[in-house]
Amino acid sequence: MSTAVVFSRFERFWHWTQAVLVLGLGVTGFTVHGSISFLDWGMAANTHTALAWALMILWAFAIFWHLITGEWRQYAPTTEGLGAVARYYLIGIFQPAVHHPYRKRRVAKHNPLQRLAYLFLDLVIAPAIWISGLVYMYRDEIGGFLGTIPSLAAIAFVHVAAAFLMLTFVIAHVYMAFTGKPWWDYPTSMITGRAEVVD
Amino acid sequence: MSTSRDRRRSWILGLLLTLSMIATGTSYAAGPGKEAGPSRQVSTADHTKFKELQGPFASGPEVTKACLSCHTEASKQVHKSLHWTWDYTNPTTGRKLGKKNVINNFCGSLATNEPRCTSCHIGFGWKDDKFDFASEANVDCLVCHDTTKTYRKFPTDAGHPAYVPKEFPKGKPWPAVDLVKVAQGVGQTSRDTCGACHFLGGGGDAVKHGDLDTSLKAPSRDLDVHMGKDGANFSCATCHTTRAHITAGSRFATKATDTDGIDVPGRGDGNRATCESCHGVTPHKGGAQAQKMNRHTDRVACSTCHVPEFARAKPTKTLWDWSTAGKLEDGKPFVVADAHGEATYDTMKGNFEWASNVVPTYRWFNGDIAYTLADQKIDDTKVVSINTLGGSADDPKSRIWPFKAMRGKQPYDTENKTLLMNHVFGKDDSAFWGNFDWGKALAFAAKATNAVYSGKYGFVESVYYWPITHMVAPKEKALACVQCHAAKGRLKDLPGGYIPGRDRFGWLELLGWALAAATLAGVLLHLAVRLVSSNRARQS
Repeated sequence: MSTAVVFSRFERFWHWTQAVLVLGLGVTGFTVHGSISFLDWGMAANTHTALAWALMILWAFAIFWHLITGEWRQYAPTTEGLGAVARYYLIGIFQPAVHHPYRKRRVAKHNPLQRLAYLFLDLVIAPAIWISGLVYMYRDEIGGFLGTIPSLAAIAFVHVAAAFLMLTFVIAHVYMAFTGKPWWDYPTSMITGRAEVVD
Repeated sequence: MSTSRDRRRSWILGLLLTLSMIATGTSYAAGPGKEAGPSRQVSTADHTKFKELQGPFASGPEVTKACLSCHTEASKQVHKSLHWTWDYTNPTTGRKLGKKNVINNFCGSLATNEPRCTSCHIGFGWKDDKFDFASEANVDCLVCHDTTKTYRKFPTDAGHPAYVPKEFPKGKPWPAVDLVKVAQGVGQTSRDTCGACHFLGGGGDAVKHGDLDTSLKAPSRDLDVHMGKDGANFSCATCHTTRAHITAGSRFATKATDTDGIDVPGRGDGNRATCESCHGVTPHKGGAQAQKMNRHTDRVACSTCHVPEFARAKPTKTLWDWSTAGKLEDGKPFVVADAHGEATYDTMKGNFEWASNVVPTYRWFNGDIAYTLADQKIDDTKVVSINTLGGSADDPKSRIWPFKAMRGKQPYDTENKTLLMNHVFGKDDSAFWGNFDWGKALAFAAKATNAVYSGKYGFVESVYYWPITHMVAPKEKALACVQCHAAKGRLKDLPGGYIPGRDRFGWLELLGWALAAATLAGVLLHLAVRLVSSNRARQS
């Protein structure tokens, strides 16, 4: 085994920028929804829109990058080894001698559980948030096109539901980031880009 | 891709511009002195030079005849105005409205009280139901066109001024009018002439509307950005454009949404009695924030945000309870006043409540107002709506509007379940203000108006909604987002619609937070087991 750069400079930029934007969107979004109230509502609403645009621009680059480099294959779902990884997080992780069963390769740097989680994020949570968010912003224009203005309550419902899923993802993701051995292994890897790989 | 940056840049630019405008005190200040605004003109006639106006005049109608000798069509025009007829038929419902027909929860009703009420009629001599509405001489030109500020209609004389020195109230001198001086001093209408009635509606200063009172004779820009002496310095007619004596802007035919936008020759309906007729439908200029606010204008009336509170200069009456009227002290009527000098009890009228800086009541409104008239059944187990506002969140023609909710308690027929007209004023033996006998007063009014009356009366609570449109504050005093976008904000009682920040999704919130909390609990438990097991491993 050797270490190699598995997270390119762009991926790391994408990841951390996205992390900051998502946290900002969460705080401002839940302010707009009225769940929290320590920020000024108007400022939160304006900031939420600005951050949303920033995130969508970032994602436009990210999608382009994944398509051009073929790195989208990293997220292709597989059940191979899924059971072993799940068993590890449920039992093995508590035994100091037991190591993570998954061996990273440069073309398959995410374990099967990660792949599923990220795929769900990319194909369900994120699109639900953006599409509902864009419809929210351009409701009048869409209404003009369709002839009937979509219900704000329905749009907001989808947006809020997706936001709760995103919150849940963030909690789990942040925790999982610190389950390496040693605990700083994964975040360090996401900063330096380097990780142990078998090939 | 540059959209976001551009928007943010223009937003910052807009902010800097606004700040610099505030700092340098930029405003639309007109010169001091004369009322300004688009409708003000300089006359080409000096009325002191007209031989027709040299007098002497024995009465108001004589002055009117002199006016008509040049302004031949004036009275015919006035005859068509609501100011003259006090009678309006709702074109969709066919219901007869107007002051002449409706019952309110202030003084009550016009019928049988004419000589008192018609001191605010644009005519002379409407003292009973036999008034000649076709009389040209009975139009009062002076009450609107006086510029000398010396013409006042006598309060109890059916629209006539005092021709000889009188007293009102008893013991307080009321000088005779100099008709020649007033006739020669005619000119455009002014805040003083309009205000002589409209600022004093409901029987006194600031009583009725909450957004119209004598403070508007010389308001600061802060109180009214349009009429402010240091603001745009408008007169009433600047916005209430009047063509052929027909004045735009009536509460019986409210325009709740003006989609015409800015009215210029060739576009729009030519009246300026809506905000949009000058400001357009997308009035906010600037970056993302302004664009967001422009997206509110189809659902939120301008005055909802721009009249943050009404009665900002003088307290307005918010409750009138007739049921307590008629109490005597040592056999005499009496008045109790509060610390500000406002009456809280008056034997003639009952109990009052007053309020200043009132946060309006907000309702969806599409311009339709249905009135509860004398022939209409009421539900006396509930608060009776004197007027019912048309519109809802689901109606695209409705917008959120601010209202003064005037509460009242007024006489009604407990058998027939109808509101009752009240005979308060007159020199007969039945008028309530003469003998404080409800039975006699109500029976007299019912008989005079041919109303069905069981003879049994009680008092029912009522509410009357008055659209708030005046006393527009400068933009920096407009509402902040959070004043509506909050669970306990100003719109907490507004039925229907979805308002971000105000509304929740019940079970979704519960499920969402439960999911997040369960995940958090799960990972914390996982962490605890990890820590315990690694500790144990280290010890062994």
